[in-house]
Amino acid sequence: MKASIPARANSFDEALARERCRRYRRRILDISQQVSALHIGSAYSCTEIVDCMYHALIRNNANGSPRDTFLMSKGHGCMIQYVILEELGILSRADLDAYCTPNGRLGVHPDYGSPGIVAATGSLGHGLSMACGMALAEKGRKTGNVIYTVLSDGEVQEGSTWEAVMMASSLRCDNLVAAVDNNDFQSLGRTSETHPSFYPLLDKFRAFGWEAVEVDGHDSRAIFEAVTEREGSRPFMLVAKTTKGKGVSYMENVPIWHYRSPNKDEYSRAVEELEAAR
Amino acid sequence: MRNTFSEVLYQEASRNPDIYIVVADISPAGSMSKFSMQYPERFINVGVAEQSMIGICAGLALKGCRPFAYTIATFSLYRPFEMVRDDLCYQNLPVTVVGMGAGVIYSTLGGTHHTMEDIAIAGAIPNMQIVAPCDPAECTEATRWCAQQKNGPVYLRIGKAGEPDLTRGADPWVFGKLRYLRRGADVCILTYGVITKMAMALADRLAARGKSVSVVSVHTVKPLDCEGIIAALSGHRHVIVIEEHVPQGGLAPQTKQIAWDIHAECRLDTFTLQDHFIHNYGSHDDLLAAHGLSIAKIAQRIGLD
Repeated sequence: MKASIPARANSFDEALARERCRRYRRRILDISQQVSALHIGSAYSCTEIVDCMYHALIRNNANGSPRDTFLMSKGHGCMIQYVILEELGILSRADLDAYCTPNGRLGVHPDYGSPGIVAATGSLGHGLSMACGMALAEKGRKTGNVIYTVLSDGEVQEGSTWEAVMMASSLRCDNLVAAVDNNDFQSLGRTSETHPSFYPLLDKFRAFGWEAVEVDGHDSRAIFEAVTEREGSRPFMLVAKTTKGKGVSYMENVPIWHYRSPNKDEYSRAVEELEAAR
Repeated sequence: MRNTFSEVLYQEASRNPDIYIVVADISPAGSMSKFSMQYPERFINVGVAEQSMIGICAGLALKGCRPFAYTIATFSLYRPFEMVRDDLCYQNLPVTVVGMGAGVIYSTLGGTHHTMEDIAIAGAIPNMQIVAPCDPAECTEATRWCAQQKNGPVYLRIGKAGEPDLTRGADPWVFGKLRYLRRGADVCILTYGVITKMAMALADRLAARGKSVSVVSVHTVKPLDCEGIIAALSGHRHVIVIEEHVPQGGLAPQTKQIAWDIHAECRLDTFTLQDHFIHNYGSHDDLLAAHGLSIAKIAQRIGLD
């Protein structure tokens, strides 16, 4: 059965999605050369998820403004959101050029008040409750609008996230679609090794009354289909299995790339890899 | 006061469909059950999950709603502190965090249920406003204001039950302006919240000794009415601050600071909760007395007896 609330697109063009994601990774890589540090690995691991939400799931009003809402709960991954907002014309090239500088308005975490940013995040464990409140407001007004949010897997360790998980299903937030960017990495190593009881994730969300599906988080079509084919009477959790640093081989699953910017040589190698993926 | 709050919020909610109340498993006092019956979709009980209470309020406010978060003061402010700071204050959202039973009102529940540092904690956060009414009538005005204001977050510090009316005949309540409950020429007592009752009783004692006494409800603790405080310090020979809060970060040190800045010449005495946890049980008055806040002790300190 199709979800009661439809997505924007009826069909999904995988090739277009692949090219967009390659372009976004390249743009983030270029911006990395302006600053000493940005969460490049965290942005690369959720690139396909955020791309799919913005380009295939979120619906627009007649005037082109977004009807549905995107909230980046894992604020440290917001480079992918910035480059998408730039392409959509919501942020400007000048905004991205001035990233993390005194003349700019964009920092390492998304700030409420910046164009296209609906909530200030960065401290983990805040986004899902806010998304739940937003979903309730939309339900109260019977708008049929959907709230999309992306969580990091480390963020799912926060007790506050589980409060929100309990509340969203207890309050029947059927207009809430969340994804966990399950790259299995935190600052101090692999979550599956440091916190084995963290898994299995899927069962935990289901036990709390969510509709939950696991997909390959770099398979854009799988993400699109899982969300659009949800049953839709409960909040929906996409457990997206991802690779931290996805797209640049030397970054993949190497914790230092949670934060570091590549040096010149590393940058050139990354460019080669991303261009070869065309 | 909590029944007054509930009734006024119910009235405001019947006029404004954007008003929500998000409670954390608190027994529905007074009109709260009327609210939940009449507007079930706008009455949200998160259970014992205060972080989500604040986060959900933030999400509602980000979509243009006017939510109130409501539970016992320790749990509405301390437990979800970072959500209050980041979600409400940093984003400057018009959410009211209601701290019910603040101070040592929960006098038999022990220190875990005492809210002794809330003014310092809430007041330290940029954008946060603090309103602490002294009686049901002030609670009515304050609640109505919270439901209609658009400035940003508010910490509404209220009592529990049984507060006497203290403001009959006083000047109108205005946010940000202190309020004379009685006017005199010699002594001025600055106070706020439930302990205003003690200030009024002390004023009676002073009046019986021939003093002409002002009692002032500093109901808006942040932003503080500095001009009003200056006028009180300048217009009386003796100013007394009484507050149900630790010595740090409340009205007492702020009044001293203002007094220093203006080279005030009046005598200034402050009476607050002590800077330590107590392990006493009994009535609200018993606990205040254990902290040194009683008519007898204050009268002794100011040389009245």
